[in-house]
Amino acid sequence: MKIGRVVGTVVTPVQHPAYDGRRLLAVRPLNPDGSEAADRMFVAVDRAQAGIGDRVLLMAEGSSVRAIVGDEKAPIRCAVVGVIDEIAMDGKVVYPPA
Amino acid sequence: MHLGRVIGRVVATRRLPGLLGEKFLLVRPLDEQREPCGESLVACDAVSSGLGDLVHVCDGRESTLALHDPFVPIDATIVGHVEEFEHDGPGPQIRGAVTHDPAGAAP
Repeated sequence: MKIGRVVGTVVTPVQHPAYDGRRLLAVRPLNPDGSEAADRMFVAVDRAQAGIGDRVLLMAEGSSVRAIVGDEKAPIRCAVVGVIDEIAMDGKVVYPPA
Repeated sequence: MHLGRVIGRVVATRRLPGLLGEKFLLVRPLDEQREPCGESLVACDAVSSGLGDLVHVCDGRESTLALHDPFVPIDATIVGHVEEFEHDGPGPQIRGAVTHDPAGAAP
């Protein structure tokens, strides 16, 4: 799983039927210290009621995500699976900022 | 899964039998400012996309699950047309369909 920040919401009225009724978020991957990771921006299905600005857990591995969304034949690869409250690194809290 | 813009098409008459009937489009991945990021890729199309469309691309093994035959050598498929993209960055918000914009210059 990756750490990311929700930077936006995406609406796709014309889409594969597997996406019907699912909310899509744009997620920018971050390093644990909050700096931007080299990965490009992801589009992910929201499974954690996350909103813009939230620090989130991003699962970007297909088969686990298909299990989460309950459809083994869905062309869905990424999902937001949690909203992060706190990140500590080397004994110091790096998120939220003090 | 990523955002991208359709910037062209790829025609390949001789192809594997499982790929017959699939359309190949050239997609440039975009970041939250709609700036190109990363290398362009060739993607199959599951939602009748056209040049200039802002699209949602599924990559990896899951991309084939949107196609007629789920066991084909494909690693990216367009699975949605983006009509709204609300974000917290400095650029303009997207509301309303942005389709078939040949210049690729719409917001």
